[in-house]
Amino acid sequence: MTTFASRLHSHLSRTPEKIALTLIQAGRPDRSLRYHELLREAHGYVQVLADRGIQPGEVVVLILQHGEELVASYLGAVILGAVPSIMPFLTEKLSPERYRADLAALVSVTRPAAIVTYDEFEAEVRGTLQVNHSVRTVILTSQVVAAHEQSNSSWEGLKRNPRDVVLLQHSSGTTGLQKGVALSHQAVFNQLSAYSRVLDLKSTDVVVSWLPLYHDMGLIAGFLMPLLEGLHLVLMSPFDWVRAPYRLMQAVSQYKGTLSWLPNFAYNFCSQKIRDHQIQGVDLSSWRAIVNCSEPVRPESHAAFYGRFHRYGLSKNSLHTSYAMAENVFAVTQSDLKGEPLVEEIDREIFLTQRRVESSTGEGKLGMMSSGNPLPNVRIKILDESGVPVPDRTIGEIALLSDCMLRGYYNRPDETKKAFKDKWYLTGDFGYFSGGELFVTGRKKDMIIVGGRNIHPQDLESLTYEVPGVHAGRSVAFGIFNEEQGTEEVVIVTEVEPGEAADRESIAEAIRQHVTKNSAIALRNVKVVESNWIIKTSSGKTARLANKEKYLIEGLQ
Amino acid sequence: MTIDIIHSLEQFITSSILKQPGRGIGAHEPILTSGLIDSFSLVDLALYVEDTYGVRVDDTELNPSTFDTLAQLADLIQSRLSK
Repeated sequence: MTTFASRLHSHLSRTPEKIALTLIQAGRPDRSLRYHELLREAHGYVQVLADRGIQPGEVVVLILQHGEELVASYLGAVILGAVPSIMPFLTEKLSPERYRADLAALVSVTRPAAIVTYDEFEAEVRGTLQVNHSVRTVILTSQVVAAHEQSNSSWEGLKRNPRDVVLLQHSSGTTGLQKGVALSHQAVFNQLSAYSRVLDLKSTDVVVSWLPLYHDMGLIAGFLMPLLEGLHLVLMSPFDWVRAPYRLMQAVSQYKGTLSWLPNFAYNFCSQKIRDHQIQGVDLSSWRAIVNCSEPVRPESHAAFYGRFHRYGLSKNSLHTSYAMAENVFAVTQSDLKGEPLVEEIDREIFLTQRRVESSTGEGKLGMMSSGNPLPNVRIKILDESGVPVPDRTIGEIALLSDCMLRGYYNRPDETKKAFKDKWYLTGDFGYFSGGELFVTGRKKDMIIVGGRNIHPQDLESLTYEVPGVHAGRSVAFGIFNEEQGTEEVVIVTEVEPGEAADRESIAEAIRQHVTKNSAIALRNVKVVESNWIIKTSSGKTARLANKEKYLIEGLQ
Repeated sequence: MTIDIIHSLEQFITSSILKQPGRGIGAHEPILTSGLIDSFSLVDLALYVEDTYGVRVDDTELNPSTFDTLAQLADLIQSRLSK
């Protein structure tokens, strides 16, 4: 019976000297930690958590930036048997008021017993706590000292049952914080055992990642999988990567990285924003799989990435795809590592109008890239609107059943119930099967995906109504795919009264600022228009797709 | 000279990053802390400065403690040009 603690304990006793983690931090030398060193750091947190009376099974919220303290506190909570959950750290783009509201919502639903944060952030955290809150203690990083001794008695986590909840993952997005995916030890190990077979993981594999740990791709593929499976993890922060994407290539070359996971836009970003002089002498030939997941996968992005980096030793069949989600711990499908992901050319017209696919070689074809085959422990069904399975090459909602699914949304039985139909998890994603491989075509709802982050257009529209001069129901938000960037960009169209026309520029600017400050989403365009521009359905709802079409057509004129 | 740098930075940001060529940016208007420039575009700004002025802005400097306005960025470029 394996638990997180027992797996970590086993690495500690069997391979204490193996390097578990290398942290790459801009402006500082790299820092490598062996298993015994990493777990000693974690034990500093075990001690403080235990001293403050935190019990196994209680939730500990971590509000820390990407780095050593976040890693150590996460593992510390696990060793004690507590349930860690990472809250994204405040960024400059997001207004402090909105951040406080998000944190308050997280605390009220998740009811953590402790919060771990920096000394400088203590006042911010305490200011958020409302009457009757659950937080018994706020632990500051300065109060933690690396433990010298590790007694077995501090490994309370060894007593956890594999069916217990081991962690909460709050899905990214504008309102996702109130919905924490609760996963059991068993579910995570079932995922890792299936996924490591498909990936043919070896103890010599080196995972290089810059992904944030509050997102499933970063948390599982870029953190827990390597540490629990005994691989070397080379970790840099998303903050550093976005300012210096070349560091990813340097890290792969220096540490002989073999595996990475990237959202689609990162392929474009790296292809366009790395200069040759920044990666002189870099050797990427060790990279055996770079897995594209968390937003729609595009063959053009792979081609651009390969075109840019093959002269640095990048192998063509290192480019792979996966369809993944926190509700299944992580991977649902994975392309076969022995080949290249299947790309098929389909008829655009039939795809858009008839919800099915047909091969095409002529004009108006669309390249679709496969996300691969279901993992051996995962079953997938494609359902029509009435929940009936559809034949191959017909588009429907993706439903899945596996032995690594969520226990539920933490403290949210209502949301949990909504998400399932006869044990099958309804993903809200559309896709089709062809030759046993899954092709993901889009979202059931009007969800916008920007750089791997799911955004509800309704949330952005609501934010615009808080701007003076904008009235409820008069805005529409949608995503437009940007070929160059390989991801979606957000556009908002807002109607104003004719008398306010002179102020259009300033209203547009006010909307742009307000939405960005409250969602941390940069807007590509805010278009202020006259009344009656926005198309509504017969029931008075905003028809986002129709408005998007109208916007695009006007842009062409 | 600094005025010219500010003007060219403004041109680049409004046309290439914001894709709103008509919009102006004040020399002392915050561009990072205001969220005007997304973190994904910071590297474009650094590459533009490097290509145009031959001045390197290190990735560790792409944050508001180094510059938050066009005037501050222009001063930084100017000081490195004169070295």
